[in-house]
Amino acid sequence: MWTRLAHPGHFLRWTAPVMPWLAGLSAALLAYGLYLTWFVVPADYQQGETVRIMYIHVPAAWLGVFFYGSMALSAIGTLVWRHPLADVAQRAAAPIGAAFTLVCLVTGSLWGKPMWGTYWVWDARLTSMLILFLIYCGIIALWRTIEDPNRAARAIAILTLVGAVNLPIIKFSVNWWSTLHQPASILRMGGSTIDPSMLYPLLLMILAFTLLGITLHLQGMRTEILRRRVRVLTIREAEALDQGGARRPTPASSPVLDRAIPGL
Amino acid sequence: MDLEPHGGFILGAYAFTALVIGGLILHALRDARAQRRTLAAMQDERTDGPSGEPS
Repeated sequence: MWTRLAHPGHFLRWTAPVMPWLAGLSAALLAYGLYLTWFVVPADYQQGETVRIMYIHVPAAWLGVFFYGSMALSAIGTLVWRHPLADVAQRAAAPIGAAFTLVCLVTGSLWGKPMWGTYWVWDARLTSMLILFLIYCGIIALWRTIEDPNRAARAIAILTLVGAVNLPIIKFSVNWWSTLHQPASILRMGGSTIDPSMLYPLLLMILAFTLLGITLHLQGMRTEILRRRVRVLTIREAEALDQGGARRPTPASSPVLDRAIPGL
Repeated sequence: MDLEPHGGFILGAYAFTALVIGGLILHALRDARAQRRTLAAMQDERTDGPSGEPS
């Protein structure tokens, strides 16, 4: 069943009716989360109103790491099974992950200035997040550099797996080194240190951001499949022109083309 | 709600996030529409043939 769902053609079919529901649910959750953040959540006794930045900073940080994790899993799918959808998933995830990592870095800086007195310190958590952003940028740049998608997929899958070493460093940096960034306060032994009046809205914002990220990712995957179909058709057209138009190219939806480029 | 004295930082953080997320959504929609149109145009061309006759 999984193989069938993961086939690019089937993927386009089963995601089409799901997309509006996912988008609507993301928007509704985000709207409710923002309402709680702005009108219900109390100001923090130390941070004051600045704590409201945390309701976008923490979900953005989570998504930056989440999408890199999903890219690492996709990279295994590309290298081990050479599944066409694995590469598609990886390619669609990179710009979204990079964008949320950038949001995390910028909102963190805007929180840091009034709270720490500085926009930036070369602290282990901040630096490892910056490295994550740079890895995302490197991966996106590499995709644009290598023209052959098969070669690009393998090279990027290897680079992604090498970069995955950074994920545990991000998570445990606050435990391994003495950092200005606070230690874990949600996922920690002994439970969260955040008061429920702030924790539940934060968890809701994390859920809303995650749904939004998944919606964008699925949409990105759908578009990437179409882009690859366009590429295949363009190549076929060029080949047909090279042969003097003797042989007409095969329509995109035909079984011949499906066999030529598996899954696309 | 009084956001002072750090209102600029708070609003700046939300504005930047809205800008990035808005950009992601807009890019996703425009890219999807462009690819759909290109694919449809190519498939129409193949179905109709250069002279407009079905192949």
